[in-house]
Amino acid sequence: MAQDQANEPARVFNMYKKMLLIRAFEEAAGENFHAGNIRGSVHQYIGEEAIAVGICANLRKDDLLTSYHRGHGHSIAKGADPRAMMLELFGRVGGTSGGKGGSMHIADFSVGMLGANGVIADGCTISVGAAQAIKLLKQDKIVVNFIGDGGINRGPFMESLNWAKIYNLPVLFVCENNQIAATTTTKSVTAGDGIAARAESYGIPAITIDGNDLLLVDSTSARIIDEIRSGSGPQLIQAMTYRLRGHFAHDKALYRIPGEAEAALEYEPVRRTETWLAEHGIPEKDLARARDEADRQISQYVDDAHAAPWPEIAEAFTDVQDVGAPEMGVS
Amino acid sequence: MTEMTYAQAARLGLKEELERDPKVWALGEDLGFEGGMAGQYKDLQAEFGIDRIVDTPISESTIMGAAIGAALAGTRPIAELRFSDFAMCAVDELVNQAAKARYMFGGQARVPMVARMPIGIRGGIAAQHSQSPEAWYAHVPGLVVVTPATPSDNRGLLKAAIRCDDPVVYMEHKGLWGLVGEVNENDVEPLPLGKARIVQEGSDLTIVTWAAMVSVVEKAAIKLAEEGISTEVIDLRTLWPWDRDAVFSSVIKTGRMMVVHEAVQVGGFGGEISSEVTEHLFDNLKGPVKRMGGARIPIPFSIPLEASYMISEEQVVAKARSFFS
Repeated sequence: MAQDQANEPARVFNMYKKMLLIRAFEEAAGENFHAGNIRGSVHQYIGEEAIAVGICANLRKDDLLTSYHRGHGHSIAKGADPRAMMLELFGRVGGTSGGKGGSMHIADFSVGMLGANGVIADGCTISVGAAQAIKLLKQDKIVVNFIGDGGINRGPFMESLNWAKIYNLPVLFVCENNQIAATTTTKSVTAGDGIAARAESYGIPAITIDGNDLLLVDSTSARIIDEIRSGSGPQLIQAMTYRLRGHFAHDKALYRIPGEAEAALEYEPVRRTETWLAEHGIPEKDLARARDEADRQISQYVDDAHAAPWPEIAEAFTDVQDVGAPEMGVS
Repeated sequence: MTEMTYAQAARLGLKEELERDPKVWALGEDLGFEGGMAGQYKDLQAEFGIDRIVDTPISESTIMGAAIGAALAGTRPIAELRFSDFAMCAVDELVNQAAKARYMFGGQARVPMVARMPIGIRGGIAAQHSQSPEAWYAHVPGLVVVTPATPSDNRGLLKAAIRCDDPVVYMEHKGLWGLVGEVNENDVEPLPLGKARIVQEGSDLTIVTWAAMVSVVEKAAIKLAEEGISTEVIDLRTLWPWDRDAVFSSVIKTGRMMVVHEAVQVGGFGGEISSEVTEHLFDNLKGPVKRMGGARIPIPFSIPLEASYMISEEQVVAKARSFFS
């Protein structure tokens, strides 16, 4: 994207629609989790949508992306089919992984989305390896590794920073700093000057931005992704944000300081983008239509998921491995 | 045929695969200057370049994790972990990511990588450099586990592991690096994974074994033959999948079976084989299935203490004799 396109209303409106789709998806996922239609766990991305959307708006379809347990937003932003994702959350035929992975293992390799991940920071090492493959195959793709602030105290994150730098790999680390890891504030368990300082200590350029400012995420990542594709080596964006919901959908976030979440609503990205669009000539009726369209679309996917068949039992025994594959009924 | 060591044969197999497929590459510590602990990568960096024989930092999690990412992104990496003991720093990546990516992504992904992690006692390297944890990985759905016992097998099985689309845990035995054997000087086809080698045919007793214990059992079988006990020796070659057909047909023939492995006996893979044979061939058995494995102690350092852990030819002979007394 050219820098001067960053604040064009038509582009921002398109990104806004993507954010609405993620928001509607996450609301529906939460509701159906509470209703018992979705089992396991659901980690909602509500309040953080501008990061995934702003970054992915600057990626090509063949660029690669890795995510973590809060991965629905990254997948939709990268171009995964939200209908197939909803079916996956319901564990049904037609899900992105045929119902074998669920929420924490959402993936769509057809759009370069190499998987959410149930293990914190494991996406980091996978990302640097994928970038090494890109170099070996002489491709001009890049890899974006999304990680939460809770991941920065795991060894694989620090190993991967070092690794990406020494081999000058085309990796963009995006730390979505919502400031709390499950129920523990990251600040209270992290030494030193924080995430950006850690990257800089490895010689990796790092920038801290307001991750709820869609236009800023868009313009910043446009520049950085361009640099990485041109051979700058790895870079890191620390995107400050706020998780408007609990760690997972049943978490009532009772550890929050009273009033904190309410105050954060003022800075949440969907509303902010909406205000900006209204100020830049997009009529309210268009914004309302976009909201309705996202809700309608996701609600249709929920209906589809309810109606979709359960997988055949035999599916449990497929795609384990080629050599020494299991046989159904044989332990 | 020509003679070469187990390490040289592995190097030959790797070189052939690097030449055959530009997507094959290796990453690990000390592959360039050192050429690997036993020369199994010797001079390959000079020939194939620093991007295909990659010297890495001491970052086991990332050696393994990067191999997984690179496999997902279309290449065929070989992650060299040097010691199965060090590979334990990367068990998460191997077990939670490599073994499960294909399954949990519903078949969208393949992880064609080799995790090379030598096992076993090599004389005085003690508790953190001598372990044989092969049973751990046989327990994990999604993984293939290979334990070559001869120079020729270490070439043919490594080639098969590199061409396999599943993640393969490739466990050379450090004590065998210097073992000399006959190897075909011409390029050969990979050996099939999951096919045991009948080291020696026999009619009275089946001994199932793998890795460094193969040669110990082979020698024991010669002594047993002198005593009139005809022993069939089976080198499993791969623990997952293990060659049930070969083991079962042998036990049906002999009616007696013993499993011998260097790994700690408690929870060892010998238990799995013994249990399967007992459950399915009980009527064919002339006596209880027996196991021989290491004591449940860390591998000690001092010469006599280390020797006390190891299974000797004499011990195998004595245990085999006990079937007939």
